[in-house]
Amino acid sequence: MNDPTDISPAAAEPQELGTSRREFIIGTFYALAAAALASGCAADQLALDEFVQKHFKDLTPDELKKTIARMEKKYWEEYGANIKINATPPIPGVLYGYALDLSRCIGCRRCVYGCIEENNQSRNPSTPWITVLEMDKEGGVDLANADAFYDHEQVPAPGKFYMPVACQHCENPPCVKVCPVEATWKEPDGIVVIDYNWCIGCRCCITACPYGARHFNWSTPIIPKDQINTNTEYLGNRPRPRGVVEKCTWCIHRVRKGQYPKCVEVCPVGARKFGNLLDPESEIRYILENKRVLILKEELNTQPKFFYYYGL
Amino acid sequence: MNPLVKVKNFVFGTGRMAFLGGSPVYYGWLLFLLILICQGLLAYSHQFQLGLISTGLRDSVSWGFYIGNFTFLVGVAAAAVLLVIPAYLYNWKPIREVVIFGEMLAVAAIVMCLLFVCVDMGRPDRFWHLFPIIGHMHLPSSIMAWDACVLNVYLIINLFVASYLIYCAYNGKKYNPKIVVPLVILSIPMAVSIHTVTAFLYNGMASRPYWNSAILAPRFIASAFCSGPALLLILFQILRKVSDFDIKDEAIQKVAEYMAYAMVLNLFLYGAEVFKEYYSNTHHLVHYKYLFSGLHGQTSPIAVYAWMSLAFAVIALVIFLIPKLRMTPMTMNIGCVLIYFSVYIEKGIALIIPGYTPDTLGQVYRYVPSMTEVRVAMGVFGIGFLIFTLMVKVSVAILFSPDRKVAHA
Repeated sequence: MNDPTDISPAAAEPQELGTSRREFIIGTFYALAAAALASGCAADQLALDEFVQKHFKDLTPDELKKTIARMEKKYWEEYGANIKINATPPIPGVLYGYALDLSRCIGCRRCVYGCIEENNQSRNPSTPWITVLEMDKEGGVDLANADAFYDHEQVPAPGKFYMPVACQHCENPPCVKVCPVEATWKEPDGIVVIDYNWCIGCRCCITACPYGARHFNWSTPIIPKDQINTNTEYLGNRPRPRGVVEKCTWCIHRVRKGQYPKCVEVCPVGARKFGNLLDPESEIRYILENKRVLILKEELNTQPKFFYYYGL
Repeated sequence: MNPLVKVKNFVFGTGRMAFLGGSPVYYGWLLFLLILICQGLLAYSHQFQLGLISTGLRDSVSWGFYIGNFTFLVGVAAAAVLLVIPAYLYNWKPIREVVIFGEMLAVAAIVMCLLFVCVDMGRPDRFWHLFPIIGHMHLPSSIMAWDACVLNVYLIINLFVASYLIYCAYNGKKYNPKIVVPLVILSIPMAVSIHTVTAFLYNGMASRPYWNSAILAPRFIASAFCSGPALLLILFQILRKVSDFDIKDEAIQKVAEYMAYAMVLNLFLYGAEVFKEYYSNTHHLVHYKYLFSGLHGQTSPIAVYAWMSLAFAVIALVIFLIPKLRMTPMTMNIGCVLIYFSVYIEKGIALIIPGYTPDTLGQVYRYVPSMTEVRVAMGVFGIGFLIFTLMVKVSVAILFSPDRKVAHA
């Protein structure tokens, strides 16, 4: 088409439609600019509200309501799901404790998968809150020779036993101590929580945790829209943004309503027990008083409220 | 004259000095730094879009190259004290005139430190959560919050003293010692504190036995006294060649002598650490095994750097211990470069990575910095060197140009 004498319709068209095209372009430009300005202002307002948002503990009840409404709207836009965010207070006179029967656990990882779905964890990249370690029965609890990435056709593998590890909800949590902005703290019922809207993503807590319980959102979490759990808690399983730390909350959205954590419910062999440490009649107290119990890394004085025991 | 006009004149005047009247080599250097900065910005925008997944970091090894560089530069910033102590405490003249370069190096190094922390943050938009009053500074329990305090105070002190001295000299006045001397004296414990608090940041983590050692802070100070002065000695010799800045051999030799003591202490403390781990041979030895060889039959990707750093430190020590070699400029400079890189590798790679490998549940993630991390780090160094270069250019023009000297006389 290098021929300058070419006067095909295609070449002539722009000249004929010159005026209307110019008008069209200018019109489009104004329309786009107006749209960009309008949406830009709305987005800016949202971004500004998010930017200046206060620490969870500083929010007045009214501010909390507005913040939750804003977050629910954003989740609606992002996931197309009607996510309900609760801010359920702790139940007075309750201090939660957890026990796991090492002689029963078969390493099936049903707790891991149940937890991922229940707690709106990213599917890709996957950052499961529960890590199941496989160790030799001969060697006993020996983390240096544990395998977190075992992949057998069938579990339990011969000669092996399994130790699931997640947040130990320490009475003396090193992660809380090191956080430079108080974005993580221990609630009165013993649950260690994170304010995902206050965390700066410095990862001091990941370094301080002796149990590998804390996980960082290295990229934007991906959750299939149809798999969102819409029953969420502000300090618990609501979808997290990129760049903040998350971890197990013992299903704070369930336990504060009197339900068991998901992992307790899905365990097929009944290895997981959960209850109120302050209630002398509770199952967890029975286990502590009658079974051989151990805690992980007791020499660090973190005082976990997660107990391993040999039930058989 | 109206003080505002005076400040305006000072800003424009020093601006002219920074950018005008340089040699082709000077402009070439500025261009090189600008290229470094631009490619760093590109790499950072990539990281900003994708998130920190574009680094090699993961939950197992959650701090790496960025925080290693941060730690190294805190040491460089702290090393300014080495020059300040003899100058002001003993009123030892030959060093006194070069103190200002130490302070400017401290300013540039702290700016780089803060940038390395920013690029490592998951949510840099929430930096204000660390501010007093409007944020939640978790004092006194969080060492990270303390570190943010001391680094910023140290930056402000050094920035103020350096710019005040330049400002006075620019206006042909003598500086007020009642302002300068107390601040310089204050900056001595501050310098020790920034590196001590940074060491405590790791040292206080009981979950990581590799760092949980009482001599970590002394080791940090000793290594900083090696790397910081090494950088300054090379700088002084360059300045002496290309400008009217004058420093006596006597002063250079004195600094080199201090460095020799620091190197002995540095290797001694390192040896003490290595002895403790290998002789007691507990489970905690795995981190040193990962550092020097590897685990589970696989060679560690950082072992070669660990040995390199150690070899550099030993060769530099030999050079600085033998007076004849230390006093020969050629060999002294080789020693400076070796010790600088020895400490750089030690802080950048050998300090952070083995602390995380294996992780707290015994799993091995073989972290190596991604290209993004290396490029962003180069960009940060570009910004730091640019700040330092411009400050040096201005101060040399004001403090050491012949016509100014005449004006003072």
